[in-house]
Amino acid sequence: MKWLKYFLASLMLAVGAPAAAALNIFACEPEWGALARELGGDKASIYVATTALQDPHRIEARPSLIARARTADLVVCTGAELEIGWMPLVQRQSGNARIQAGQPGYFEAASQLVLIEIPQRVDRSMGDVHAAGNPHVHLDPSNIARVAAALAERMAQLDPGDAAQYRARARAFLERWQQASARWEKEGAPLKGMPIVVYHKDMTYLIRWLGLREVGALEPKPGVPPTASHLSELLTRLGRDPAQAVVRAAYADPRAAQWLSERAKIPALMLPFTVGGSERAKDLYGLFDDTLSRLLAVQK
Amino acid sequence: MFKWNLTAAAVALAFAGPVPAQDVDLAKIREEMKQMKEADEQRMRALEKRLKDAEAKAGKAEQSAAKAEAAAAGSASRGGENAFNPAVSLILQGTYANTSQDPNTFQITGFVPSGGEVGPPKRSFGLGETELTISGNIDPYFRVQMTVALTPENEAEIEEAYFQTLTLGRGLSLKGGRFLSSIGYLNDIHQHAWDFQDVPLPYKAFLGGALKQDGVQLKWVAPMPVFFELGTEFSSGDQFPGSDRNKNGVGGSSIFGHIGGDIGPSYAWRTGLSYLRFSPLDRGYEDVDSMGGAVSNSFTGTAKLWIVDGVLKWAPNGNASHTNFKLQGEYFRSRQDGTLTYDDSAGSAVFGAISDSFNTDQSGWYAQGVWQFMPRWRVGYRYDTVRYGTVSNGIVNNGLGPAAGDFPVLANHSPTRNTAMLDWSPSEFSRLRLQFASDKSRIGVTDNQVFLQYIYSLGAHGAHKF
Repeated sequence: MKWLKYFLASLMLAVGAPAAAALNIFACEPEWGALARELGGDKASIYVATTALQDPHRIEARPSLIARARTADLVVCTGAELEIGWMPLVQRQSGNARIQAGQPGYFEAASQLVLIEIPQRVDRSMGDVHAAGNPHVHLDPSNIARVAAALAERMAQLDPGDAAQYRARARAFLERWQQASARWEKEGAPLKGMPIVVYHKDMTYLIRWLGLREVGALEPKPGVPPTASHLSELLTRLGRDPAQAVVRAAYADPRAAQWLSERAKIPALMLPFTVGGSERAKDLYGLFDDTLSRLLAVQK
Repeated sequence: MFKWNLTAAAVALAFAGPVPAQDVDLAKIREEMKQMKEADEQRMRALEKRLKDAEAKAGKAEQSAAKAEAAAAGSASRGGENAFNPAVSLILQGTYANTSQDPNTFQITGFVPSGGEVGPPKRSFGLGETELTISGNIDPYFRVQMTVALTPENEAEIEEAYFQTLTLGRGLSLKGGRFLSSIGYLNDIHQHAWDFQDVPLPYKAFLGGALKQDGVQLKWVAPMPVFFELGTEFSSGDQFPGSDRNKNGVGGSSIFGHIGGDIGPSYAWRTGLSYLRFSPLDRGYEDVDSMGGAVSNSFTGTAKLWIVDGVLKWAPNGNASHTNFKLQGEYFRSRQDGTLTYDDSAGSAVFGAISDSFNTDQSGWYAQGVWQFMPRWRVGYRYDTVRYGTVSNGIVNNGLGPAAGDFPVLANHSPTRNTAMLDWSPSEFSRLRLQFASDKSRIGVTDNQVFLQYIYSLGAHGAHKF
């Protein structure tokens, strides 16, 4: 009956405790959770639905997510079909009218941005393609800045009492972010033209921002796990057009990258990909600091 | 650069040419030439820089043009007459079946036949149900979904067709139309998302496969960090364990509650309790008496069912793409109280139509585990059983004529089954499955079954329930 005690205790907590924070935010991915924290400060209580060790494409509409979505004032997702396999179900099953698509309580980062890799033709023979374009937008600091401005406005709209504070925090964040971006661009200059192999098409915005060169991907097609034949073909290709590293996100299976790394004699590099993906990636600044230093370490 | 230098030199020479060489200091010429060369070089550098700048500008313009184009393309594809097309998906399924017993003789001995399509698929190659699903938001307030099952017998069946509210708020949602009931765990999961080719025995025996009803459902999710939902359904009750009553009012109702949450990042669970009450009226089934004559039996009374369900999922750090494990089980308790009418007038015509009390108290459960041991590959095992319990048949007990042998379908038997499966999913949208089962649903016989099954999903990316 221990569970019953816990259950009743949490019931009492939920009903009894007055909401300390003004805005309950449900963030689909850790990067948006971290951004909301920067903008909201103590005015926002943030629940992050996924971790850096989880593949944002493959999340299940778990009961815990439905429960958290039920009480959310604002859902912050990437959009562009990244969460299509779970978020629509979470929204519907939560019975929360405020966070349905089209409501102010549903915020999509991708709708604030111009996406790249919009497929000319959408057909699943090309793998798990996203019709709206590549949704992994957060590894370009200028995208974070654009989303930050729009998100702060949305928070101000939903919680007008604290609007001034959200706007002030956004201004302060954008200023600091601008400086940090300039520093990263300077630090990252030697990375220009660096050839890399990626696991999934989830580093494309980082590649574009730093001017890296994508030589190939471990996945034969987006969302299709690496196959032996594709890897050996990639290995042959690397013989002609060598890469400096095999890069994968913290959530991706390391084995295919390891396999290629051993045979092509190039380092396998894990990038945090999002906040929480490594020891140093504690917040958005740490995420970019760590990503850059890991890439630069390969070049030395 | 080289060419320009040459030109400069040529120019210099041309100017220098008419001047008599002996009169001019060679050093001076050399100096002049050097100056001209340097000037040219400077001009060249400036030109090159301008070119580069212009190129960069053009590039930027090109980029922004491309961006504008992309944005325009995006908005263009969102407009037009077909912009409000609903999401459409099509599921294709089929089997190759090898069974040691004739599928046409299938019965779950000891249990009142549910009338559902619960038997194994036909032998050899066979098409499964083809499901066409269309869904979308009607307006800001309602969403609708329809699933039509096209059967291998070339019939179309409305599997589901319901509306659902979007903006009731406060955790409430209302559903109406024809829908799969949210009782238990497996009941509202569509066939293509099952982990085995068929449903467990208690679903076959007590719900005719799945409880699908015409009615309304109200669900409420509590505002708590732990998932807690309560729901109730009211229906015409014309599906098993109910029957078509041709009466006003509610023929079947249910209430259910589910709680669930996470245990650390790697485990997620959900458990629940459901209760159903149906009032069948002349719910019939066919049988044969001890002389082989046809008998029509019909039941009128109440049918109640309790279900306890539980599911536990594990994935390392909650990342299910590499490996994961799913453990699931449900317990059913069924009670029926009412009157059974036995009518052999169309067969042996010995007793005619006679009625007496009929009470059953039966149960069933299943447990299954499915393990994805590497990407794309899953293996699973299931044990399911339904227990005969007590069946009190007044016609037999009170000596009205027909004996236990005249109710062969209700012979004392507790079916069991062992099932193993292996499936391979090249992508999220395709799956091939091999399933072996040793099925003791029929009294005294074991049906050894081998199924090879394919499932393909075309179109909109459906979201699957936990």
